[in-house]
Amino acid sequence: MTPESPSDDPLLEVRGLTKTFPGVKALTGVDLSLKKGEILALLGENGAGKSTLIKVLGGAHLPDEGTVTIDGTTVDIHSPTDSRAAGIGIIYQEFNLIPGLSVSDNLFLGQETTRFGILNRDQERTKARELFQRLEVDIDPDAICNSLTVAQQQIVEIAKALLLDARILVMDEPSAALTGHEVERLMAIARELRSQGIGIIYISHRLEEIFALCDRVSVLRDGQNAGESNVADINRKSLIEMMVGRELKDEFPPRQEVRGEVRFEARHLQRGDTVKDVSFKVRKGEILALTGLMGAGRTETIRLLFGADTRDAGTIHLDGEELQIKQPMDAIRARIGLLTEDRKTQGLVLPHSVRENFALPNLNWLSSKGVINGANERSAFDDYTRNLQIKISGREQPAGTLSGGNQQKVVLAKWLARDCEVLIFDEPTRGIDVGAKFEIYCLMRELAAKGKCIIMVSSELPEVLGMADRILVMHEGRISGEIENVEQSTQEQIMELAVK
Amino acid sequence: MKRLFKDYGMLLVLLLLCLLFSALTITTQYRVGTDAANNLYEQISSTTSQGATVMIAGREQAEDSLFAETLKEQLTADGYNVLETALGQARDGAQALGRIEASGQKLDVIAATHEASQWILFEDVASDYPTLGQPQLLKPQSYRWPNFLKKENLLNISNQIAVIAILAIGMTMVIISGGIDLSVGSLIALSAVLTSILIRNVAGAEDAGTFGMILCCLGGITACGLIGLFTGSMVTLYRVPPFIVTLGMMLVASGAAYTLSGGLSVYQVPDSFVWLGRGADLLSIPNAVVLMLVLYGLAHFLMSHTKMGRFLYAVGGNEESARLSGVPVKKVLLFAYVVAGLLAGLGGVVMASQLKSGSPTYGQMYELYTIAAVVVGGTSLMGGEGKMIGTLIGAFIIAVIQNGMNLIGVEPYTQKIVLGAVILIAVWLDKVKQQMGNGKGVLAALSPKN
Repeated sequence: MTPESPSDDPLLEVRGLTKTFPGVKALTGVDLSLKKGEILALLGENGAGKSTLIKVLGGAHLPDEGTVTIDGTTVDIHSPTDSRAAGIGIIYQEFNLIPGLSVSDNLFLGQETTRFGILNRDQERTKARELFQRLEVDIDPDAICNSLTVAQQQIVEIAKALLLDARILVMDEPSAALTGHEVERLMAIARELRSQGIGIIYISHRLEEIFALCDRVSVLRDGQNAGESNVADINRKSLIEMMVGRELKDEFPPRQEVRGEVRFEARHLQRGDTVKDVSFKVRKGEILALTGLMGAGRTETIRLLFGADTRDAGTIHLDGEELQIKQPMDAIRARIGLLTEDRKTQGLVLPHSVRENFALPNLNWLSSKGVINGANERSAFDDYTRNLQIKISGREQPAGTLSGGNQQKVVLAKWLARDCEVLIFDEPTRGIDVGAKFEIYCLMRELAAKGKCIIMVSSELPEVLGMADRILVMHEGRISGEIENVEQSTQEQIMELAVK
Repeated sequence: MKRLFKDYGMLLVLLLLCLLFSALTITTQYRVGTDAANNLYEQISSTTSQGATVMIAGREQAEDSLFAETLKEQLTADGYNVLETALGQARDGAQALGRIEASGQKLDVIAATHEASQWILFEDVASDYPTLGQPQLLKPQSYRWPNFLKKENLLNISNQIAVIAILAIGMTMVIISGGIDLSVGSLIALSAVLTSILIRNVAGAEDAGTFGMILCCLGGITACGLIGLFTGSMVTLYRVPPFIVTLGMMLVASGAAYTLSGGLSVYQVPDSFVWLGRGADLLSIPNAVVLMLVLYGLAHFLMSHTKMGRFLYAVGGNEESARLSGVPVKKVLLFAYVVAGLLAGLGGVVMASQLKSGSPTYGQMYELYTIAAVVVGGTSLMGGEGKMIGTLIGAFIIAVIQNGMNLIGVEPYTQKIVLGAVILIAVWLDKVKQQMGNGKGVLAALSPKN
């Protein structure tokens, strides 16, 4: 650790933080310091203790040991109110906005400006406008929150924290749901706040952002400090090694040469304004990536393939036969599986056991005359958990308690047991830590090697370039370009097609 | 056993309530009927020798004559001489003693029921009727036992709750699928009225045959099933919230029941119509209770071992995930509402049979008691979680509280307050227990998630 000059007095100083949950030691003697006008990247795999640390700062958890010092004064944080009063603003991944209220009502929720007990809306509006000017964004204070984009809602969250005079801003994976352009905007705001002397703790799985934005990086591993460095003094590879605690050879498994016949084909898919005349083919054993900016129509396209939405026109073919797909059930029968972008709301029934989640699309062959054969169900489940190396405490563990990587494996197991020939991965590694990402990539390659067709939707260009055999770029509902020679391509080439 | 309590924590509450009401209702119990006869026979054979003369006394009641007949048979077979059997008032006892006196025989034993033994006449027989000798007054021994735990009372509780418990099966499915059904109470009234009107107008009123009555009952049940189908269609096709649809159907069904019956009870049904509601053919368990238990067995199997059961949980747990996993969401929801309708119809038939008439006033507030039974039984109103057997336990908790309060003489108005409070406490206890089970304290559970 570098010695600090007196003028560099830390804004936030966390010392020896320890937090134990029954059966788990989430944090062990963690230190962290943040200076004024600094953006500190907090990194670590899922389960490394980042969330617990944030929750301690946010007053959601009480630490067993350790101190939190702000501007040289030790503060006791017992509740979210204490945290706010200490000048800490936390922007969680799940926003705390009330969807039906306007932007300014949300901003001032709990600290309304009143005159004689009556809301002073005009003053609130004016203040909100000033705040948005300071952030250089254009958001109407009267807009209803659920009409805003995710990026705008995030800015409202940031504004809300600033309104409470937050001097320390914690952002938990703020870019996870944003497109490239929106991420740029967010980073510009973060830089602006930094210049105003606010200290920011920035959590992200996307290393490019860290290198582009942050001043310093602090890494947690297994609830302990794993290392700290100035961003300028470290490269990508050593950063990843610091996170996973071992030497990482490759981020992506090696490519295999597979050039089989065309198995899957979509012709002239059409749905309203979101998908316009989209046609493409997937060869046997090929990984086809579908990329583009948020809103380009990627997810919308694959939802048509799966029957999750109904298409206005177009046909879908597998092995030369046209498929009649009107609803997900039809697609599943035709042996197409979809691993949704959002596992929590679309892929899994979180409170239910992993066994039940696994069995859901497979009940047809696991039952006879409507009665489920429990022994078959258990043995099929055990086989797939073993093959995919899913880490669970038992068959009855609720799916919601698994890590992102293991959740994704459970969803994959669902479709593999169903004997799917076409697997559609929508953002396959979103919210999954580095180590588990590699495992998912390996599984995708293995499946391709077995002759399955894989369609991957992804916003992460390194992932697209590292995994795809062929890339389709979408822009405003159309396919705007195709890249055949992936190994010789660059992120810039893709971006050019994406904004065309 | 441990798992049983983990899965059905409310079982503990039910047992505690049973213990409580047992303790509160312990009283002196007097034997009657065969039981009394057997007890007296043993006393007589141990205190006197064969050939002794006996007089039997009791009141003019079915159970007393059963007592007298049984005892006489046993004593006569054993060589005793039963001189007189007096069933009625003290006066009848005096006349019988007079007749024995007139015949000049000695009397060794007077065997009386508990009530007859209290007759003043028997206080000093030896001096009032000196020629009879020294007759010994014997009565059945009494014992202490809770009124709550008497077999008749337990069967009564089961019979009282049968209708709500049957309704609660359908309600559990609907709530697990993420919905709610407020119409079931009114469907009871509609089904009861429709069934009894059909019996009166079509099947031949008091002279209706068994087959005709069954058809009429099926008519009432089918009508409710169709209403369930309509509710389910509105929920699945037009996405109207189930609360609203079933609130509407609750008013429609209740209004229809009043219109059909003109607001009056329909009682022109044959005596045999009460077979389902009042009969007890299997081991003297009421038929309605047998029906209820069979239905719970089937429902438990459906929920835990079939595809449809798994689908109901999945749809309630996360409809979108279920749909994207190939679950036929619409069919599953339709199934839940149709079953709820059919079972409400069946509940109406049982109630009509218990009360031997059909009236539009039946089933008022039953939807709320049914929901209470489901919730007390541990089913989450958010959907996706719950157990059928838990609901049965929940229904029994409600029945036991009502019955117990009746036994200890709590006023009906006070009963409502207590029932409401107990439902709240039961559910609260369950939540606390769950949080303990998750390794968290109550406080941790109150802090924001993730």
